[in-house]
Amino acid sequence: MARMMYREAVLSTIAEEMERDPNVVVLGEDVVGGNGTAGGPEAIGGIWSTSAGLWGKFGGDRVIDTPISESAIVGAAAGLALSGKRPVAELMFADFIGVSLDQIWNQIAKFRYMFGGKTKCPAVIRMAWGAGYNAAAQHSQAAHQILTGMPGLKVVMPSTPADVKGLLRTAIRDDDPVIFLEHKALYGVKGEVPDDKDFMIPFGHARLSRAGNDVTIVSTGLLLGFCEAVADKLAAEGIGCDVIDLRTTSPIDEEAILDSVEVTGRLVVVDEAPPRCSLSSDICSMVAEKAFASLKAPPLGVNPPHTPVPFARELETAYLPSIPKIEAAVRKVLSYR
Amino acid sequence: MQLSRDQLLRAYRQMKVIREFEERLHIDIQTGEIAGFTHLYCGQEAVAVGVCEHLSTDDKIVSTHRGHGHCLAKGCDVDGMMAEIWGSRDGLCKGKGGSMHIADVDKGMLGANGIVGAGAPIAVGAGIACKIDGKGHVAITFSGDGACNQGTTFEAMNMAVVTKAACIFVFENNHYSEHTGFEYAVGTNKDIASRAEAFGMKVWRGDGTDFFSVYETMREVLDYVRVPGNGPAAVEFDTERFFGHFEGDPQRYRGPGELDRIRETRDCIKKFRASVTGAGLLTDADIDAVDADVMDAIENAVTKAKAAPRPTPEDVLEDVYISY
Ligand SMILES: Cc1ncc(C[n+]2csc(CCOP(=O)(O)OP(=O)(O)O)c2C)c(N)n1
Ligand SMILES: [Mg+2]
Repeated sequence: MARMMYREAVLSTIAEEMERDPNVVVLGEDVVGGNGTAGGPEAIGGIWSTSAGLWGKFGGDRVIDTPISESAIVGAAAGLALSGKRPVAELMFADFIGVSLDQIWNQIAKFRYMFGGKTKCPAVIRMAWGAGYNAAAQHSQAAHQILTGMPGLKVVMPSTPADVKGLLRTAIRDDDPVIFLEHKALYGVKGEVPDDKDFMIPFGHARLSRAGNDVTIVSTGLLLGFCEAVADKLAAEGIGCDVIDLRTTSPIDEEAILDSVEVTGRLVVVDEAPPRCSLSSDICSMVAEKAFASLKAPPLGVNPPHTPVPFARELETAYLPSIPKIEAAVRKVLSYR
Repeated sequence: MQLSRDQLLRAYRQMKVIREFEERLHIDIQTGEIAGFTHLYCGQEAVAVGVCEHLSTDDKIVSTHRGHGHCLAKGCDVDGMMAEIWGSRDGLCKGKGGSMHIADVDKGMLGANGIVGAGAPIAVGAGIACKIDGKGHVAITFSGDGACNQGTTFEAMNMAVVTKAACIFVFENNHYSEHTGFEYAVGTNKDIASRAEAFGMKVWRGDGTDFFSVYETMREVLDYVRVPGNGPAAVEFDTERFFGHFEGDPQRYRGPGELDRIRETRDCIKKFRASVTGAGLLTDADIDAVDADVMDAIENAVTKAKAAPRPTPEDVLEDVYISY
């Protein structure tokens, strides 16, 4: 085991996979930085430092600084993937999927199906997502709400450095296109990470981060830690929470959720995206359809409101699900008779 | 054409307001009191002011993530902008937008923008509206040397030409898109204007560190685009940004002594003073008086922004729709 930050887990996994497989290629804006400047290359190594040093190790053919052209970045990843490479493309912010949406939605996601299963598109599109930086409406959004609903994409949302390691390796080696969502407020978080250079976490397998019999809390990303804090607080009162870290939203581990709800009968889904057509509404409806008889209370989603992400500190705080809001929701489903 | 004393004083004041607004933000950001991502325009003032001094409120501009200068030059309220950046309820956007989303549509300022390349197509629409209204108004989009590589910019240029939109593409080449040099990222032989030319537009080039170069160039550009039926035009200004890409940028891409050199030799405010005092158009005392006045205005704006009411949780739900 090694202790490292979430961002270091991203970088080291990419480096290990580039080492292992010469077909792995990194591309994105400022993934090297300094090209065409007096300071020279490697001025930044990605604005989240998730590609620092890769250019020096693997060269400019495999670590490609692109102009500001998200549509062409994702499109080029598609073309690379159809040509035998394994691109790991970076969008600086998940919000910029807007610029590249055709290449994600109509191209990458659909090749295999449209071409009758005759091709594979092993592209990884990484992006930093989430609020917490007062970065306002165009730099704070949650992209999983849109992307999870797109057939053909796998969507990964790691919450810990170890999960980054295991899930990113799986993503790079996976033959399908994978959206890899890195929560920007987690980049500095440290954790134990296995050293094994083949350590992989399969998609569609949730992680039980707290165990208890009274209520099921499902989440992922930054908010998972908030859920754990609530579970720990309630544990002191003798209330047991199952906290399920989804890890991937597509595929989704329905079984883990259903198994838990069958015991607890109570469900809270904590989601950083607005409530309509969301991860929380998806999971609540799935549980209502498949575990209705086990339910002792209506399933409840905790989401931001149906608004864009606001700028000011007070507004962003009010917007985001918080520990008190999650605790209140858990107590509400617990008190339902 | 010679500017009047009042025009000179006004232009200088506008540039100085932007400069001091930014220099003050640079200091206040260090304290951690200002939230979010802030991109300072310092160094490029001559472009915003040299363009906007020709405009009325009926002319539109569309700005970028580095928008403070464009907003101030187009007449956005200094106090309202400062309050916005401080996230106050009195801010121009009620604390909802912050530095990257300042807008004042009534002043013809259609918004700063956090999405690089998003502005150009919007300006085409505004330019088509100007054409339809037929009153000689124009829409201007500011784009960086980075934004010029976005497909949206290419689409906008072609669409402006084919629709004969009354639209001007102002390219501010400050040589960097974040940490990458334009010599790397712009494939057309270090030249942005030639792209616009290839799309069928008449183009101009100017020195973006010299107010008079920008102002006189823009006079020609505007004389052309305001004529009904002429359609769009483009202009590239070579300029400098004095701070990092964002506040906190280590700027490892800069050459040794680069920042000192550009502050020394490419400062539009220094150049303006030297040129107008040298020609006897204004005196140092005239300019010093503006400086003092501007410093007071900025201090005042900061004091007000700090004292302004903070937004409340209920405000989050306001203004998503007009009615719902
Ligand atoms: C669609 C999109 N891609 C990337 C970014 C991140 N970003 C913000 S500013 C910037 C560089 C812009 O360079 P340029 O257009 O030259 O403007 P400058 O910063 O020099 O004013 C980048 C890459 C963004 N905000 N939006
Ligand atoms: Mg630039």
